[in-house]
Amino acid sequence: MSDTALAGVADLTDLGARFADSVREDAADWDARGELPADVRLAAARAGLLGADLPVRHGGLGATPAQLGEACARIGGVCSALRGLVTVQSMVAAALLRWGTAEQRERWLPALARGELLAAFAATETEAGSDLAAVTTTVEEQGDTYTVTGEKRWITFGEVADVFLVLGSAGGRPAAVLVEADRPGVLREPVRGQLGMRAAQLAHVRFDGVRVPRENAVAPPGFGLSHVVATALDHGRFTVAWGCVGMAEACLDAAAEHAARRAQGGVVLAEHQLVRSLLGRAAVDSRAARELCLRAARLREAGDPDAIAETVAAKYAAARAATAVAGSAVQILGAAGCAPDSPVGRCYRDAKVMEIIEGSAQVSELHIADHLLRAHGHRPGGRRPEREEGRR
Amino acid sequence: METPNQTDAAAVADVTQELSAYLTRNLGQELGPDEDYFALGLVNSLFAMELVNFVEQRYGIEVGVDDLDLDHFRTLGRLRDFVLAKTANRGAAA
Ligand SMILES: Cc1cc2nc3c(=O)[nH]c(=O)nc-3n(C[C@H](O)[C@H](O)[C@H](O)COP(=O)(O)OP(=O)(O)OC[C@H]3O[C@@H](n4cnc5c(N)ncnc54)[C@H](O)[C@@H]3O)c2cc1C
Repeated sequence: MSDTALAGVADLTDLGARFADSVREDAADWDARGELPADVRLAAARAGLLGADLPVRHGGLGATPAQLGEACARIGGVCSALRGLVTVQSMVAAALLRWGTAEQRERWLPALARGELLAAFAATETEAGSDLAAVTTTVEEQGDTYTVTGEKRWITFGEVADVFLVLGSAGGRPAAVLVEADRPGVLREPVRGQLGMRAAQLAHVRFDGVRVPRENAVAPPGFGLSHVVATALDHGRFTVAWGCVGMAEACLDAAAEHAARRAQGGVVLAEHQLVRSLLGRAAVDSRAARELCLRAARLREAGDPDAIAETVAAKYAAARAATAVAGSAVQILGAAGCAPDSPVGRCYRDAKVMEIIEGSAQVSELHIADHLLRAHGHRPGGRRPEREEGRR
Repeated sequence: METPNQTDAAAVADVTQELSAYLTRNLGQELGPDEDYFALGLVNSLFAMELVNFVEQRYGIEVGVDDLDLDHFRTLGRLRDFVLAKTANRGAAA
């Protein structure tokens, strides 16, 4: 696969598609085994997929948001865990690109772009899911070091990551810190068999008084959530949204193909109007999701401040579309869609996860409505918050 | 011909007016120059980054980690001063 490393930006879309095609036959097996083999992670890195949108000067391919999105769609249509790898790596890279010092960018970004280091995003805790302002992991300043103590849950590729971007609290101020996995006090407990993204090697990760040097802090305490984690989450929503577009499109193709071929009651399924209704809705859902993702990509490329809110909307719509279309595809395929190695069956499980991660459907609705209402002069509560508003 | 001072005054008025319009639209209400919209609980978790992106795009400046002082961003007056200082720096650097 090393030839793809030289593919260059113009071929980036194709690169996602080619890589996805090369692993299509393996994805069900990885899902069943609950692991993405190390050589596949390496091949993805060599292909440039892990640093696709990082600037060339930092070792990336310099892809535009639309190119990155298309690559995520192609990969997401084949394997959500692999798309998850691209997502978490690029979330951490995006946060560092935006809020790292020159030294931090130089130290981390080329290694992340080349996949020499795998990064994970560690925000969620038992008591802090949608409300990230509630994190209790502590980041204590002691001279030239920070000591990180707490437990993070459900960390994608947490089992194999080399470095974690950890959200904690430094004396009540949200703080983002990079913690290398080989530091004493980092303990991981792999998670297996969750509903979806089963090959994404999730782990619950404990940080037991882990000491890191001062230079591992990303932005000063106080900005860890509103700026650093917000940047990572915004990027994550974008790649997840496109992954969902790919899932919806893959499921739609599988459903249409099956409906055109499989005969029941003397006619192919496609002749049944109720099946056509499912297909019609699925086609519109997936096209609408794609259009919203393209809109978000255009706004991101222009640096438009509305890009963040439009990315929330795109992710919300795309996750809904993926869930609905995957559901219809399973319906149309019948038992074939329920088979242990069925791609649409796997998509159905994976899609549900997409309505929960990177801002749940409900939290997204709150954000979207909030944006709308403010533009219409609605005055938010005006209640003095006891702590920072931290909805994902 | 305009004197430099008149131009400066016009630039200050323009920036103030634009920032005020942006904040009013996004906070759902008009605020005075010293009202702290973060402390008043008027912002949501997307807003801090939206605000950074807005000033970057509108004024062609880059907000980096060295600019991360909440005091620059918490009131209309301070935001205006920050933007004017950054644009002046850019002019000086050019
Ligand atoms: C496969 C997978 C991978 C993950 N990977 C990562 C990772 O890499 N890093 C990481 O940090 N986390 C990760 N997570 C965790 C994920 O981000 C959280 O599950 C998610 O943020 C939701 O939090 P929660 O599960 O605690 O649900 P909760 O926040 O408890 O929400 C439960 C339900 O209540 C609703 N709800 C919550 N708040 C509100 C509200 N204000 N108004 C209305 N409804 C609300 C939600 O929409 C949801 O339906 C992963 C999770 C999964 C399943």
